[in-house]
Amino acid sequence: MLTLLGVAAVVVGFAVRLNPLLVVVIAAFVTGLAAGLSPVDVLKAFGKAFNENRFVSAAYLVLPVIGVVERAGLQERARALIAKFRGVSVGPFLIGYLAFRQITSALGLTSIAGHAQSIRPMVAPMAEGAVEARTGPLDDDTRQRTRAMASATDNIGLFFGEDIFIAIGSILLMVGFLASSGITMDPIHLSLWAIPTAIVAFVLHAARLVLFDRRIRRSSAP
Amino acid sequence: MIKLGAVYVLAGLVFAAFAVLSALDRNNGKRFGNAAFWALVSTSFLAGDILGDLGNGVLVLGLAAIAGFGLLGRGQPATTSPDERRLLAERFGEKLFVPALTLPVVVAFGVLVLKPLEFGGQPLLDPKQATLLSLALAAVIAVGVGLILLRQPVMSPLQEGRRLMDTVGWAALLPQMLAALGAVFALAGVGDLIGQLVTDWIPMDARLTAVAVYCLGMAGFTIIMGNAFAAFPVMTAGIGLPILIKQFGGDPAVVCSIGMLSGFCGTLMTPLAANFNLVPAALLELPDRYAVIKAQIPTALPLLIANLVLMYVLAF
Repeated sequence: MLTLLGVAAVVVGFAVRLNPLLVVVIAAFVTGLAAGLSPVDVLKAFGKAFNENRFVSAAYLVLPVIGVVERAGLQERARALIAKFRGVSVGPFLIGYLAFRQITSALGLTSIAGHAQSIRPMVAPMAEGAVEARTGPLDDDTRQRTRAMASATDNIGLFFGEDIFIAIGSILLMVGFLASSGITMDPIHLSLWAIPTAIVAFVLHAARLVLFDRRIRRSSAP
Repeated sequence: MIKLGAVYVLAGLVFAAFAVLSALDRNNGKRFGNAAFWALVSTSFLAGDILGDLGNGVLVLGLAAIAGFGLLGRGQPATTSPDERRLLAERFGEKLFVPALTLPVVVAFGVLVLKPLEFGGQPLLDPKQATLLSLALAAVIAVGVGLILLRQPVMSPLQEGRRLMDTVGWAALLPQMLAALGAVFALAGVGDLIGQLVTDWIPMDARLTAVAVYCLGMAGFTIIMGNAFAAFPVMTAGIGLPILIKQFGGDPAVVCSIGMLSGFCGTLMTPLAANFNLVPAALLELPDRYAVIKAQIPTALPLLIANLVLMYVLAF
């Protein structure tokens, strides 16, 4: 039971907004010590796992080119481009992005978009531009909510698209798990049964985007 | 065969450059904190495999200490002003999209064309890592395209990259740290313990209750662990397999697939899924660290209920 103290440490640490890197280290020690490991063993286990997971941080290699195009004015251009299409409002724009992200993820192309390479340089400025074109300059609160919604749309499109692709990590994990339990499963069945949820996710989030659009327009109506 | 090691060397060199440029940045009052932080990340990429487990552990303590004691500042590399950017945006026009769109094109090319390539029976790219290798290749090509097409200074990729990296700050390392925490949790048997608690304390004689416990459990467990992959084996071994599939005769494909997607609803609601939820908030310079999570919860909760209903209707 004591090993659950580590989970409690994470919850409390995040809730009081302590620096998360410190929270994680503390939680690792609490968990390991409660499980009867020595401090050195905890540190070793943590260091080993950190080293094995370096691929997680390698994705920041896209930041230099994003910085270069921002320096040359991409965000401004993205904002101006969407303003030219007066008919495009933020709701339909993000719904279009949601569909794009879900469909490409379902084809296995999960890494062609993302927060660093598409949301920050293009999608968020375009979403802001779409709002601005209708309501004039944005206040801070609306700008932040629009940006957060752009990121949320990327996550939702990715999560509920990728599982339709048969060679994605989560499908392989399920196949492996079932195999070790004596059930042979063709990955195509798992990916096909991801489609109903994908459709519901699209409908739900698209409806929210329409409401979001309406609310923003109403709140900033003169 | 090109392996992940090549990407690590590249990342190590880029972070080393961030460290040196940080140290030279007199506009950042905490420049040595930033320099030390990125130098540690660089060391991890370049020498992680020879540091040993304890060495890597000490390195992580160093990262956490720098971040935890507030020694990280935000570098201020000379960049273009908002007015200059508006002028540049007009001058370059739609050309500005080319480097950014080079990224997805090269990634898609890597995944669809390079990945299946073989030379003398050896695949060109390590098949397990083809996506990340493609992304690194795309990043390099796109930088070249950006420099030439937009005639930017040679140092700009490193300086502007450092600017964005400092914008993300310590949050950049959180996903990797959380993955390591997951390993410690697994070692201590945290997941199995929670799974056992759930199955011991909640009666599941009714099919609907069992479906609800499995779906909500997947989401709840993912919120605690930050990762649906950690929740899946525990919840499925505890409830999905013995009760939903064996006892009630549910279709394993439906149970597993929708179970995993219930976990993904949890991913949308937890700060522990840092790369999806906290890093974007930092990248978009949102003052509320949890702004992206707050934007996701109203979609995630009804979707979780929908998953529960779908599983109940489709699996039996």
